[in-house]
Amino acid sequence: MGSITLDHVTKSFGAVTIIPDISLDIRDGEFVVFVGPSGCGKSTLLRLIAGLEDVSGGKIMIDGADVTNAHPAQRKLSMVFQSYALYPHMSVRGNIAFPLKMEGASKEKIDEAVGNAAAILNLTDYLDRKPRQLSGGQRQRVAIGRAIVRQPKAFLFDEPLSNLDAALRVAMRLEISELHKKLGTTMIYVTHDQVEAMTMADKIVVLNAGRIEQYGTPLELYSKPANRFVAGFIGSPKMNFIEGAEAARFGAHAIGVRPEHFTVSQEAGSWKGVVGVAEHLGSDTFLYVKSESGDQLTVRTSGEIPVRSGETVHLTPMDGRVYRFDAQGHAIAG
Amino acid sequence: MARAISTRRKIAISAIAWLVAFLIFFPILWTFLTSFKTEGTAIQIPPKFVFFEWTLENYVTVQERSNYFRHFSNSVITAVGSTIIGLLIAIPAAWAMAFSPTKRTKDVLMWMLSTKMLPAVGVLVPIYLIFRDLRLLDTHIGLIAVLTMINLPIIVWMLYTYFKEIPVDILEAARMDGAGLRQEIVHVLTPMAIPGIASTLLLNIILAWNEAFWTLNLTTTRAAPLTAFIASYSSPEGLFWAKLSAASTLAIAPILIMGWFSQKQLVRGLTFGAVK
Ligand SMILES: Nc1ncnc2c1ncn2[C@@H]1O[C@H](COP(=O)(O)OP(=O)(O)OP(=O)(O)O)[C@@H](O)[C@H]1O
Ligand SMILES: [Mg+2]
Repeated sequence: MGSITLDHVTKSFGAVTIIPDISLDIRDGEFVVFVGPSGCGKSTLLRLIAGLEDVSGGKIMIDGADVTNAHPAQRKLSMVFQSYALYPHMSVRGNIAFPLKMEGASKEKIDEAVGNAAAILNLTDYLDRKPRQLSGGQRQRVAIGRAIVRQPKAFLFDEPLSNLDAALRVAMRLEISELHKKLGTTMIYVTHDQVEAMTMADKIVVLNAGRIEQYGTPLELYSKPANRFVAGFIGSPKMNFIEGAEAARFGAHAIGVRPEHFTVSQEAGSWKGVVGVAEHLGSDTFLYVKSESGDQLTVRTSGEIPVRSGETVHLTPMDGRVYRFDAQGHAIAG
Repeated sequence: MARAISTRRKIAISAIAWLVAFLIFFPILWTFLTSFKTEGTAIQIPPKFVFFEWTLENYVTVQERSNYFRHFSNSVITAVGSTIIGLLIAIPAAWAMAFSPTKRTKDVLMWMLSTKMLPAVGVLVPIYLIFRDLRLLDTHIGLIAVLTMINLPIIVWMLYTYFKEIPVDILEAARMDGAGLRQEIVHVLTPMAIPGIASTLLLNIILAWNEAFWTLNLTTTRAAPLTAFIASYSSPEGLFWAKLSAASTLAIAPILIMGWFSQKQLVRGLTFGAVK
């Protein structure tokens, strides 16, 4: 069991308020990702849940029990740090066994649990090494091993993959997702990489300046962004925004069209523009188009289209794929 | 070709290094050699390097004229005593400043360091008078107190820098892993802090052992350590180079031997921050 509830949680460091007021319900077994730009308070929120930081106001509940003032050790959560934070003076075995040792588990139980964790994470051959003798990916796995042996109520991850190279990051992403399926334990995962968020999450919390902009499934966020911030943050490449007269025609202060929601034609369409750069990847084609009204538009089409730099194209947004926003940036329904 | 040059360079660099090391070590070597000469040979010009008649007579005289072992045990008592008390005060102090710093922590550290900028002789008279009135002159307790206080700023600083190097993440990981405060200290903090504490301890013993200003001014006989023992041979009424050298050799031998055996720890400790 591991449901987590935040009830009007606030956090200030001295006079600076980092988290003005957050309420959030995370159900048992969910994989929840916190995303947001750098400095928006993701780590702070995670550390509040972990108990490594004291709240300035509000309540935190785990499985219905108020843990607002509980020591981190009493919350029965496991955390994987960005820096891995392995114990440098202990072997891999010692690191993975540490949480069980703290629980006072028997030697047989510890050996069995460490063996299992090592087998799951491909660490069996490294159990007697010190952390400094491991590669980044192996250290990462030790950190995860240390987190899973104890069967915590929930896992907290703070950008665990950001120190790994791209290929390893994709592989570890899958491993963590598989681990979640296998264990079924609640996971909270912090990242500023929206691809990680979209691929791993059951639910995404988009944070901005310490506020929740939207909380929902990845596809909800993609297809029904609550505001311009979420619309711009989720999706890659970023959504195109058009303001002014063109937007007014749609009855909005600004409209947004995702790069993948244009049809491209060489003869006719809603907007005419000149291709600045064309990137041909084979599977996709990216066009960076300067429209007649002066907007810079990114276009993504699947497959290859024979368009070169300097040519004129006509772009038409697909039906029902134009997002409308009012002057405050809120989405206009319908 | 490039290989040859680089080998030659390596030889040159090694030669220079050895030369510098020899220059630094030379006074100690010379003292050691002189201690085996007669007073006559000791002042001979040109000096003899190793081809002289080696004699132990200086050591015999020194042993007859003064009680080496009493001075030695006084040095041990004051150096070890002041180090233990110093660490008992400095570890919690440095700990607090490293792990729960406040706005004033930097100021406190600077203030402590600033006390080392005052020349010791500037407070000699008041301290002497206080010691006289409290009957602390020529006592172990008095000497331990003063040695502890003069070295405290340095060891607090040293420990503070070591503790600062311990990543907070690791301590937080221990908390997440279910360690309470006591377990965190026993299983995680202490093992990581021990190397730093050990080299601080060694350095403090060396500093206290070699301290000459206060030990000479505040002791006469009962509590006088080895520094006083050496000083008693540099009398103005005639220079006894050979005996002075014998006394010096006897006085620095213990600390040299200790330094030799702990050099790995010392070097590791002193360069800890630089390497990381
Ligand atoms: N101990 C602290 N004292 C003062 N300010 C802090 C402290 N910790 C964090 N902050 C501030 O709180 C804000 C949020 O920090 P936080 O680390 O939560 O950001 P983040 O969303 O995790 O960013 P990133 O993606 O860069 O890791 C930042 O502006 C940071 O400067
Ligand atoms: Mg962060």
